[in-house]
Amino acid sequence: MGETIARLKSYPLTWIVGVTILMAIVISMLSPHFLTVGNLTNLLKQVAIVAVLAGGQTLVILSGGIDLSSGSILALSAVTIGFLIENGYPPLLATFAGIVVGTLCGLINGIIIAKGRIPPFIATLGMMGIARGLALVITKGVSYMVLVPFFDIIGNGKLLGLPVPIVIVIVVYAALHIVLRRTVFGRHIYAIGGNEHVSRLEGIRVDHHKILIYTISGFLAAIAALIMVGRLASTPPHVARGAELEAIAAVIIGGTSFAGGIGAVETTLIGALIMAMITNALNILGVSSFWQQVFIGIVIIVAVWLDNLKGRR
Amino acid sequence: MSKSKKKPLVRMQGISKHFGGISALEDVSVDLYPGEVVGILGHNGAGKSTLVKILAGALTPDSGEIFVDGEPATIRDPNDARALGIETIYQELALCGNLDAPANLFMGREMNRYGFVDDAYMLRETRRILDSLHIKIESLTTRVDNLSGGQRQSIAIGRAVYFQAKILIMDEPTAALGMEETQLVVELIEELKTKGLGIFFISHDIHDVYRFTDRIYVLKGGKLVHTCPTNAHTQDEIVQMIISGRPPATAEQPRG
Repeated sequence: MGETIARLKSYPLTWIVGVTILMAIVISMLSPHFLTVGNLTNLLKQVAIVAVLAGGQTLVILSGGIDLSSGSILALSAVTIGFLIENGYPPLLATFAGIVVGTLCGLINGIIIAKGRIPPFIATLGMMGIARGLALVITKGVSYMVLVPFFDIIGNGKLLGLPVPIVIVIVVYAALHIVLRRTVFGRHIYAIGGNEHVSRLEGIRVDHHKILIYTISGFLAAIAALIMVGRLASTPPHVARGAELEAIAAVIIGGTSFAGGIGAVETTLIGALIMAMITNALNILGVSSFWQQVFIGIVIIVAVWLDNLKGRR
Repeated sequence: MSKSKKKPLVRMQGISKHFGGISALEDVSVDLYPGEVVGILGHNGAGKSTLVKILAGALTPDSGEIFVDGEPATIRDPNDARALGIETIYQELALCGNLDAPANLFMGREMNRYGFVDDAYMLRETRRILDSLHIKIESLTTRVDNLSGGQRQSIAIGRAVYFQAKILIMDEPTAALGMEETQLVVELIEELKTKGLGIFFISHDIHDVYRFTDRIYVLKGGKLVHTCPTNAHTQDEIVQMIISGRPPATAEQPRG
């Protein structure tokens, strides 16, 4: 199986896992608090939201696009849920509505990009403003409390001994992995990212696939919103501002080519973990949070630079 | 080549195409018979590529009709063309460089069960078809970016053969290739001719044209200038036709 894509993705996985383990060793030598079950569980819970966004972002970037709107879509989904619960609707209905809203935003992104021939950067930049703006319009800027057991379980509950956010991440990444490696749709995502013009000439339904890709990204933003609502027990309309950029950073650190066509989804998860580890370690070591952005910025550039070095022969 | 007996594989009749105010093709009619290699000649902008892109489904004509095996055909996209047995080999080596040979050979037609790709099957079939065409590629699982231009072009040709093309469009198939690589493609074309495919062959290289084609169409400024058996003229006369856009004084007028 997988021989086709195996070559495409074999190179980043090896070094990135090595880097992660090395980082973990160094950090645990600096602080005894790092390698504790409590801290690691917390780290994984923190990474869950960005990881789910980054999963969708991986499909988008592999296809040669970008989704700047996923953080805002997350906020709009969360606010939709908060608004409905505030007004007495049952949690399941609110959840369903939140997912529909997020998926619909993604669908609109896809249609604008595929049918309207608007570049993904522009289309999703527009949606970033629209979704965030609507979140503010719905709430008039206030944050709703969401104190229902259903969301407490999503945020803090356990399933099969694992925190629910982590279970969600595992399910999402397993599904995306299968889609990319084993399905015709996944193969076509790589083809479109590799050469969109050729893909069209060879009869791949490029527009259809693009719409589906951005719809999945919107859907996953809504899934990330569920985790967010569960974790915060409230829905501030400014939530997840800049989360789309963190998701993009996770994809890039994970070794996926920003130009599209080369990369994998497993490494995105590790990319997200690396970013969370840096934040977590600096917190434990008592380094000012202002420095965290500096470090992550450096890591992004170094990761791409290392990838380029491997590309040269 | 017994045109009179056989019906044409393809007849394109009265094809016109405009881009904005510019007329790329004006009332052009061509046909192609089984086992025949037909050269389409002309300068850049003469309309050669536009004509074959219409047949390949990459462009739609403003007016005109296409008949395949004598039946009226509607070709709105590349899938329509493929369903009619029309395959295209493009000059720009139209492959996805980030994917391997089987993924490219089966692109858009992946062998699958319920949407799940069968990579093992596609690898076996790729090896089989390339072997049958005597194409040697050491690693079929490397990205095709790592292969030579000739090897990449032979994957494109292998694709056409595998999916049993009846009509092959070769748009400058050797333009991006070196001499040895060109030779590889040349041998493949000769092999395909014997298999009875009809081939539209577009090339700037008058030697290639003279070597492969049985008949030529000369286009200039989107209009058909002349058609004749290739060996009715010398290479110099053909070059003259392409440059002047006029049939030689001795030749008959183009057939509609």
